[in-house]
Amino acid sequence: MKLGEAFSSALTALRANRLRSVLTMLGVIIGVAAVVILVAIGSGAKREVERQVEGLGSNLILVVPGQVQFGSAPALSRLQLEDAAFLGRLVGNQDAVAVTVSSGEQVRVGNRMVFANVNGTTETVPLVFDRPLARGRYLSGADVETRRRVAVLGSQTARDLFGDVEPVGRQVTIAGVRFRVIGVFTEIGSTFGVSRDLEVHVPVSAAQRLFGVERIDAIAVKAPNLDAIGPLQSRIIAALQDKYEGETFSAVTQTQILGTVGSILGLLTIVLAAIAGISLVVGGVGVSNIMLVSVRERTREIGLRKALGARQRDVLAQFLVEAVVLTTVGGLIGMGLGVGAALAADRFTQLPAEIAWWSLALAFGVSVAVGVFFGVFPARRAGSLDPVVALRTE
Amino acid sequence: MSPLEGAQRAASQGPPEASSQVDPQASPPAAVEAVDVRRSYRVGSGQVDALRGVSVSIRPGDYVALIGPSGSGKSTLMHLLGLLDRPTSGQVLVAGRDTRTLDDDGLAELRNRTIGFVFQAFQLLARTTAVDNVALPLIYRGAGRRERRDRAVAALEAVGLGHRLDHRPAQLSGGEQQRVAIARALVGEPSLLLADEPTGNLDSVTGAEVMATLERLNRERGVAVMLVTHDRDVAARAGRQIRMRDGLVVDPATAAPVAWGPDS
Repeated sequence: MKLGEAFSSALTALRANRLRSVLTMLGVIIGVAAVVILVAIGSGAKREVERQVEGLGSNLILVVPGQVQFGSAPALSRLQLEDAAFLGRLVGNQDAVAVTVSSGEQVRVGNRMVFANVNGTTETVPLVFDRPLARGRYLSGADVETRRRVAVLGSQTARDLFGDVEPVGRQVTIAGVRFRVIGVFTEIGSTFGVSRDLEVHVPVSAAQRLFGVERIDAIAVKAPNLDAIGPLQSRIIAALQDKYEGETFSAVTQTQILGTVGSILGLLTIVLAAIAGISLVVGGVGVSNIMLVSVRERTREIGLRKALGARQRDVLAQFLVEAVVLTTVGGLIGMGLGVGAALAADRFTQLPAEIAWWSLALAFGVSVAVGVFFGVFPARRAGSLDPVVALRTE
Repeated sequence: MSPLEGAQRAASQGPPEASSQVDPQASPPAAVEAVDVRRSYRVGSGQVDALRGVSVSIRPGDYVALIGPSGSGKSTLMHLLGLLDRPTSGQVLVAGRDTRTLDDDGLAELRNRTIGFVFQAFQLLARTTAVDNVALPLIYRGAGRRERRDRAVAALEAVGLGHRLDHRPAQLSGGEQQRVAIARALVGEPSLLLADEPTGNLDSVTGAEVMATLERLNRERGVAVMLVTHDRDVAARAGRQIRMRDGLVVDPATAAPVAWGPDS
C-alpha cells in the first residue's frame, strides 16, 4: 500500500471518530502548546535582559572588587573614590569613568514616601551610560566636589513623590537629609513588572557621607571602541591589583554579563521545555491507548483487509500513519495555540515572550516522533493479527 | 512435496480407487488443491481435529458447493483453500504451486491475485463508497488511483450496480451489498471465488439474485466458484457437491468417507 493511500485511509478513520480523535489529540495539543509557550517566555526573558544590559551604554567595563561569580556574595569593597581618578589617568580620559555607591533608602516629600535605590555617582554618568534626562540638568563637577545636596530622580520616583507637580527645584528628604531636585530621567520601563525607574542619583561625595561609608561599590569605564575593551580590561585589573596588593578585582564587560545571564536563562528555558515535554509524553501514551482500542474495534476490518491481500506491513503502515496523523495534527494545533498564547502574553501582560522558531521545529518533530514511537506497538499488533481469527470477531 | 508425491501419499492412506482419479500430468493444474490436509487446534489442554486428512481439487471453471453440518470442517477447509490459514499437515497447491514455502506476506500476495472472498456478512467498510470498497484489493497490488477506479466501476457494472457507485453500504439493500462484495471479490480477476454462505443473510428472492450473479460470472468468465452453504437449493444448483462430516470428505450420496473429493 502506498503512503498516500495510508494517509487517506487514516483521515477517513479519524474523521469517523471525530470527537475521540480530538480528545486523543488534546494531550499532544497541550504538550506542544506548553513547550512553545514556556520556551517563548524563556526567550522573552533573555531578550529583555539583553535589552537591559545593552541599554546601559556601549563598550562598558564594570570594575568590581573580588571575583565575580554567580552564587557568591559580593566582596567587601576597598575601592575608593580616588581610584576613579587613577583609572581615568590609566585610560587617559577622566570623562570615561563613572563610579557608584548605592543603597536602598527612604525618600520622602511631605507625607509621600518611596523606597528607592539611591546612587552616589559622578558628573560623568551621562558620558558613560545612556541615561537621557527628561527635565532639568544632571549632576555637575562642582556638585560632586562641593558635596552639594542635589538629586536627579528616576521617572517613577518623581511620579510617586510629586504626582503632576513639577519636581525640579523642590526638596526631597533622603534618609532624613534634605536634597534639592535638579533633574528627572526619562523613563526606561519595567522588567517582569518591576519598575527600573525607581532610583535617585546624588553626588558620590554626598552619598558617602549620607551612607557613612568611605568605599565605592563599582567603577564603570567606557572603552573608546569595541576592540579596546579586551586590552583595557587586563590593564585595569593589573593596575588595581598592583595598587592593592593581595586583593582581587574583576572587570566584566556587557558581553560577559550577557553570556552568563544568557546561559542561565537558556538553562531555565530548557528545564521549562523539558517539564512541558513530559506532558507531551503523557499525550503520546494516550495516543497509544486509543490506537489499541481502535485496533480492537476494527479487528474485522483488519481481517478483511488481510483476506483481500494486505500484507503485515500494509496494515502496520495504515495504523502507524493514523497515529502519526493524530499527533502531527495535534502538534500543529498545539503550535498554533502556543504561538497565539505567547503573542497575547507578550502584548497584554508584563510577561515578555518571544517565539523561538527552533521550539516550533522541535515541537513539530517531537509530535511526529511521538506518533511513530507510540503508534508502533498498536500498529504491530494490528499487523500481526491472524486473518481467520480477525474475521470471526463479532 | 510435489502434487504427485502428495497424491501418492494420499493414495497410500485412502481407498485405492481414489488415486486413479488424479493425474496432474494429464490435465491443467487445479485452481486450488488440498492434498491430505489436516488441521488441529489446541483448545485448553486438549486438541480439536477440525480436518482429519482431506483432499479436494477445484479445477478452473468449477462450480462447487461445500456442504455438511455445522462443525464438520467446512469453514476450516475454506480458510485453508483461501490461504487464510495453514494446514497442520498436508499441502495446499494454487495453480500447481506449493504454498508451504511462502511466508505470510507471500500468502497475502498470492491470495490478492488468485482468490476472491464473499462473506455471509458482506464485510464491507461502512464509511466507504461502493466503488472504493470494490477497489480495496487493488490498493494492495499497488495499482494507481485511476486504474483502481476504472476496474472497480467495471466490476460493479458486471454485477449490475453501475448506478450505485458512490453509495455507502448503509444506503444499499442486503442483496446490493452482497453484489458489491462479489464485485470486490472479482475486481482482481482471481481464478477462484470462495463464498461463505453468501445468501445466509438474505431473503430468498435477493438470495436467488445473488446466486444468479455468481452463476453468470462463473459461466461467462470461467472463474471457479466454491461456496459453503446450508441451503439445499443453492447446493443443488452447483455442478458438484463436496460433503463434509467430522473433518472428512464423505460421499455425497452414501455419506461414506472418501479420501478424494469426487471429481466431475
